[in-house]
Amino acid sequence: MCGIVGLFLKNEAMQPELGRHLSNMLATMSARGPDSAGIAVYGAGADDGIKLTLRAPEAAIDHDLREGLRAALEAPVELTRRASHLVVTVPRAGQARALAWLRTHHPRLHVVSVGSHMEIYKEVGLPERVADKFAVPAMRGTHGIGHTRMATESAVTTDGAHPFSTGEDQCLVHNGSLSNHNALRRNLQREGFAFETQNDSEVAAGYLTWRMREGDSLKQALTSSLDALDGFFTFVVGTRDGFAVLRDPIACKPAVMAESRDYVAFGSEYRALSVLPDIDKARVFEPEPATVYAWERR
Amino acid sequence: MPVVDLAWQSVRELNAALHRLAAETNETLWEIANPNGKHAIVAGVDAPIGIEIKGHVGYYCAGMNKQASVRIHGNAGTGVAENMMSGTVHVMGDVSQSAGATGHGGLLIVDGNAAARCGISMKGIDIVVKGSIGAMSAFMAQAGNLVVFGDAGDALGDSIYEATIFVRGNVKSLGADCIERPMTEQDRTRLADLLGRAGFRDGVDPGAFRMYGSARRLYHFHIDNVSSY
Repeated sequence: MCGIVGLFLKNEAMQPELGRHLSNMLATMSARGPDSAGIAVYGAGADDGIKLTLRAPEAAIDHDLREGLRAALEAPVELTRRASHLVVTVPRAGQARALAWLRTHHPRLHVVSVGSHMEIYKEVGLPERVADKFAVPAMRGTHGIGHTRMATESAVTTDGAHPFSTGEDQCLVHNGSLSNHNALRRNLQREGFAFETQNDSEVAAGYLTWRMREGDSLKQALTSSLDALDGFFTFVVGTRDGFAVLRDPIACKPAVMAESRDYVAFGSEYRALSVLPDIDKARVFEPEPATVYAWERR
Repeated sequence: MPVVDLAWQSVRELNAALHRLAAETNETLWEIANPNGKHAIVAGVDAPIGIEIKGHVGYYCAGMNKQASVRIHGNAGTGVAENMMSGTVHVMGDVSQSAGATGHGGLLIVDGNAAARCGISMKGIDIVVKGSIGAMSAFMAQAGNLVVFGDAGDALGDSIYEATIFVRGNVKSLGADCIERPMTEQDRTRLADLLGRAGFRDGVDPGAFRMYGSARRLYHFHIDNVSSY
């Protein structure tokens, strides 16, 4: 199993409550995935800044990180700690140097995501506790995606938790399993992609990032994945301005969506949508198999 | 009339109370509030009662139903009325996959659309869908009738046995061993009777439907295939 939730706000007035709604949705999906949980939130940010979300459980390194990066970049560096994760904001021009400095001086730190607006938090444990630990309910933002994992193919580790991010402000969550991920991983490695896990979902994320790097829109990238990927999947994908859903051609994994004037919402089951405000006024529907559903912020 | 509010009462309590009902119970109409997509609501009921569910339900709602008339004022998740034995289940919204799966009897009415695998392995249940149905519907269907006012998805009736499918709209493709068959007067009467039982006495012309069933090439032994065994 596995549970997915997603919320894409159309109504700006709801932005301060994005984290609260996402956390509530995530908690309803605990039974589908009690092993670990993760959440991607698209929130505040500036286009000339880059947020590096790091898994850095030891708060003792914060001071050294701040001073070291400031000296290496000769620019202001902002640090926000949330439990085991640390969001480091650097000027966009300093992104490559910052990542290189981190690799050299803190090789054991894991970079969870890179983006102007996106932050990703994931941890082993019950979804509700994971969300509370990172204070997700207090987060504001435009859209977000959450995942609860019941591990079947690989171990219960934070590395195996979703969402996976393989490109700037891009993330993917997956319910299902892919059968041709090893061959596809090798092809993408030849294209210059480095993968951090043996996880099939990370390959799907990498494939979409590759297609978008080659000029595809999010919708085009997902359409071509129907031919490239073999297996069972329901994907929910986020980009800086976009939110998309795709199910495999035989709709093996569950999905239900709601759209209203205020939001677009996704849940593995209706229970996840039932906690949203005015859900009784939304259009609730099941996404068709092999059909790309995409929304873009203007 | 007993009213059960699932916002604070559990599905387990509700189902246990329904399972305790005697055949001659006077509590013949139940209302369920705030189902909120919970699973297995009113599964396993065996009593001649009416149940009104006010909202969307999760998986396996009214599964194994016997005798009861269940009406769902909303959508239903996977496997609504699965393995139903008798009675009626009426969904006023859409249903997810495997609606009426393996049903032995009774009537399932869906006002909206049904997703994939509607009526999979049905064994005598009658299913009437006012909207369209998804791919692989009536897979290995053994007995009963599946009536669709709208369209049917890919591989309709794959490996079908002796169930009958009536579709008024387009069929995207037929599955293995499923063929269109000419409708006899007897078939038309059977369809008209079923439409009547589903509440469509007027305005729906049985002649507007096309009928599909088994070519009986797949499950009968054929002497030409003897070398395959």
